[in-house]
Amino acid sequence: MKRRIISVTVNNQNGVLNRITGMFSKRHFNIESITVGQTEMKHISKMTLVVNVEDEVKIEQLVKQLHKQIDVLKVSDITDQAVVARELALIKVLSNGQTRSEIGGIVDPFRASVIDVSRDSITVQVTGDSNKVEAIIDLLKPYGIKEIARTGITAFTRGSQKSVTDLKEYTAI
Amino acid sequence: MGDIVKMRMKIGAQNATASMSGAEMLIEALQNENVEVLFGHPGGPVLSIYDALSETSIKQVLAKHEQGAIHAAEGYAKVTGKPGIVISTSGPGATNLVTGIADAMMDSLPLVIFTGQVSRNVIGTDAFQESDVIGITMPITKHNYQVQNVEELPKVIKEAFHIATTGRPGPVLIDIPKEVSIEKGEADFDLEVNLPGYNPNKMPNILQIKKLQDVMAAAKKPVLLAGAGVIHANASELLFEFAKKNEIPVVNTLLGLGNFPANNELFLGMGGMHGSYAANMAMYECDLLINIGARFDDRLTGNVKLFAQNAQIAHIDIDPAEIGKIVSTQIPIVADAKEALQKLLEDDYNVPNRSEWLERLANYKTNYPYWFEQSEYLSPQRVIQMIDQYTDEKTIVTTDVGQHQMWAAQHYHFKKPNRLVTSGGLGTMGYGLPAAIGAQLAEPETTVVAIVGDGGFQMTLQELSLLKELHLPVKIIVMNNGSLGMIRQWQDLLFDGRYSASLLPVQPDYVKLADAYGIRGVQVSTEEEAEKMLKETLGDHEPILIECRINPTEKVFPMIPPGKGANEMIGVKP
Repeated sequence: MKRRIISVTVNNQNGVLNRITGMFSKRHFNIESITVGQTEMKHISKMTLVVNVEDEVKIEQLVKQLHKQIDVLKVSDITDQAVVARELALIKVLSNGQTRSEIGGIVDPFRASVIDVSRDSITVQVTGDSNKVEAIIDLLKPYGIKEIARTGITAFTRGSQKSVTDLKEYTAI
Repeated sequence: MGDIVKMRMKIGAQNATASMSGAEMLIEALQNENVEVLFGHPGGPVLSIYDALSETSIKQVLAKHEQGAIHAAEGYAKVTGKPGIVISTSGPGATNLVTGIADAMMDSLPLVIFTGQVSRNVIGTDAFQESDVIGITMPITKHNYQVQNVEELPKVIKEAFHIATTGRPGPVLIDIPKEVSIEKGEADFDLEVNLPGYNPNKMPNILQIKKLQDVMAAAKKPVLLAGAGVIHANASELLFEFAKKNEIPVVNTLLGLGNFPANNELFLGMGGMHGSYAANMAMYECDLLINIGARFDDRLTGNVKLFAQNAQIAHIDIDPAEIGKIVSTQIPIVADAKEALQKLLEDDYNVPNRSEWLERLANYKTNYPYWFEQSEYLSPQRVIQMIDQYTDEKTIVTTDVGQHQMWAAQHYHFKKPNRLVTSGGLGTMGYGLPAAIGAQLAEPETTVVAIVGDGGFQMTLQELSLLKELHLPVKIIVMNNGSLGMIRQWQDLLFDGRYSASLLPVQPDYVKLADAYGIRGVQVSTEEEAEKMLKETLGDHEPILIECRINPTEKVFPMIPPGKGANEMIGVKP
């Protein structure tokens, strides 16, 4: 299984998310995460999909099927490009007075922040790529995690690409 | 410009913008698209549309069931190449269309479908006759719309026609809440279609064309697989020219039948599960397979691992997503079949000597043709042969799905495109009769023969009433074997002959049934009777139902059993 990040530009219209996820379920593509939000243009949204696919044929088919949607304006597989990719996670950890500062010692190096404190728990907000989020979750586990909410990855390509990169192009021809 | 706008301009309006109701806008838009006939069934939310329709010259066909309406529209679209227009009410009216929409999607037929919807303020409340038509039809339409504002209607309809008819054709649905057709608004019909996310590519990449030409010049055993894409692109003549010039034999898909004349020496027949031995072996043994406008359906390829395993594959398709989907392709060409063939024909090269290959295939053709054994019963294959004999090349043949469909594909010699109207991808029983009605409306002077089985016919036979009502001289040939023949055949071959739910021992009296609907019905059970009736009636201008009591145990052969390759065909002529 290969993990791919697909960036999709779509018309910001009723039901577009449904069209995309419907196509994925119809064609048995597995979505790991999906994020959607408006872009600098009001009528256009950007989706970032993280998918797991078996092989190149499957990812090529996925990109082509996305292209076929009338409301899809642009599809790029940005997995192999220089990208900035971030997700945000909220982690509610069991914590009492004794462990609170200990947890603070984990939060700081991750440049995460504590955004809520109660008598028996604190909520940590962390932003970063998936590995970083996984790492802090692992470190917090021993304290007892009550709840996690993750946004999934949102991403786009960096302003300048490295001169030599293994770019995977999907063209119509 | 349509009647309504013309009329308003006469009474003083200055330009094409006019205040009109949604229903009037819809009619005006249909007239701008030169719509001649509309297939449908009314209901509450579409009453104002039907009311506005009554004052136009657009012919309305009132089907008895929405499924009948949409299959008729498919038949019309297939024969004319123009979009079939369907209208239904909300809820059950819309859900009854689902089979036809899925069918048109699979077979790439252009349809524009209007469904009524409950009022905007009750959408989402489970109102009377409400269904989520947009959600239901999203995966089976090329695109769909729900119109929220009456002034969007002209734009949406224009886009729908554009999407349905360009690129790879398909069904587009427009859901119209009740008050949108009643409310008035300023209508602007002077619009350009602007769809930045939809730019189908028609022109082939020249480098790929050159690559294919190089490979062709070296290929010793090439074969052409020509599908419905050739018909949609109006490229049958170019296909003929191309095959002739390069001496490449032609295999058809089921839906491609007619894009190449069946009586030509380069024609190998239909390929696939019930295709000819020559066609299947050509694809099995070839060193170059050029697919033009077919999509490597599983009924064509059989076991994909064994399909054209030693061949280079070139695939010309207007839909990039079809290329490389099933079969790994070395020469992908995204293009309209006509444009691609034109480019391929531009350059000359020395056609290598392929006499050995052509001879080999000619031998297959002569030695292993479609065959059947005569029995004490009427042979269904003989019936098809006689229909072929007593009709001309302009004749339109429609079918249902099953054994009779395969016999028709095997034994009727299609020589012109758009003459076979059949449900290929979805395999919809009950398709034949309504599709024949649509085809006959498209071409009133042409002989239309609906070849149906006793199983499928009983799914949509309520549309018989349209033959009398609209004076349509459709010839219905009911191939009655008292069973769901293809199911029974599979049970024979794969389930030791346990006929679970496949026999139809109790049947209506088809002659009386025809009579009840006001058309002539006859029953034949011998070859002589069949020949007499076919000879007498196929050329005339009256509808007729001919019930053929055929051999109940006859099977369709040859056959590539499910999951097998072309080299494992069974039932080949000994």
